Amino acid sequence: MSDPANVGSGQEKLVGIVLVSHSRAVAESVAELAKALAGGGAVVPLAPAGGTEGGGLGTSAELICGAARSVDRGAGIALLADLGSAVLTVKALLAEGDELPDGARLVDAPFVEGAVAAVVTASAGADLDAVEAAAVEAYTYRKV
Amino acid sequence: MLDADFFRRWLTAATAAVDREAARLTELDSPIGDADHGSNLQRGFVAVSAVLEKESPATPGGVLTLAGRQLISTVGGASGPLYGTLLRRTGKALGDAPEVSEAELAAALRTGVDAVMTLGGAAPGDKTMIDALVPAVDALGTSFDAAATAAEQGALATTPMQARKGRASYLGERSIGHQDPGATSSALLIGALAEAARDE
Repeated sequence: MSDPANVGSGQEKLVGIVLVSHSRAVAESVAELAKALAGGGAVVPLAPAGGTEGGGLGTSAELICGAARSVDRGAGIALLADLGSAVLTVKALLAEGDELPDGARLVDAPFVEGAVAAVVTASAGADLDAVEAAAVEAYTYRKV
Repeated sequence: MLDADFFRRWLTAATAAVDREAARLTELDSPIGDADHGSNLQRGFVAVSAVLEKESPATPGGVLTLAGRQLISTVGGASGPLYGTLLRRTGKALGDAPEVSEAELAAALRTGVDAVMTLGGAAPGDKTMIDALVPAVDALGTSFDAAATAAEQGALATTPMQARKGRASYLGERSIGHQDPGATSSALLIGALAEAARDE
């Protein structure tokens, strides 16, 4: 634990995570992957919000808001999004001011790697800033 | 002066225009987008008309903010948050006034267009809805009809442009030669505004 100020015992409130994708299957699969890789830590409040309400490709503001409310434990919410409409919808909802719970934040991160980093970090009881930093850092893992 | 009824007529005319042109918008969205622009906007504007009828806001600002919120919730594609932000920010800029002047609308619409540019990161020349909206707002000082013409010309002028925003930007040079569907639907929205003004 390099930063004891940010990492708790797991007794306090956990950061919630919402995965917003243009596709329901992508959001659900990435959530499943991240949860599996989080291993033995606390069970992070995590919800996928992919596709339209009818299950088609697209983005649903209702699904995003519902997912955010379902993972809100009062410690903030990190939202990760993949393509254009997913990112724009989250940004527009944040600009509304009252649609998403307080402490909701769009995290600028690669979708899959960022989700894994965020969930693993949140499961250690880290705060929202630390969860965001871990997700953003996933951009720096070069593959070539 | 323009009252809530004028703004309802604007959005009713926009709903009719989107409905009429949905197939063409989707067709324009096929070579450079994901072929859903017409159906997405159609769904959004039908929902806008329904909610306006149900809640019947009393002010111009109330009409536009409600309509914008509805577009964000129902469109399902990137045009939802973009058009939703356009109408919401324009509505918020108009405040609670029961009637607004044409000059106040022009200023508010500019605030809305600026918010869309901030949200989507697009600038004029990127082959987006901004290429129709910016000339329209510039011409609104002259007349509603001038704004409609400017929007239409702005949409036509996107054809030779290379897309720098959105899915079409992945196509690079292959996006050249196609009229942008977002600029086209923006021209419909401004055309509907001129239509509402003619009915005054």
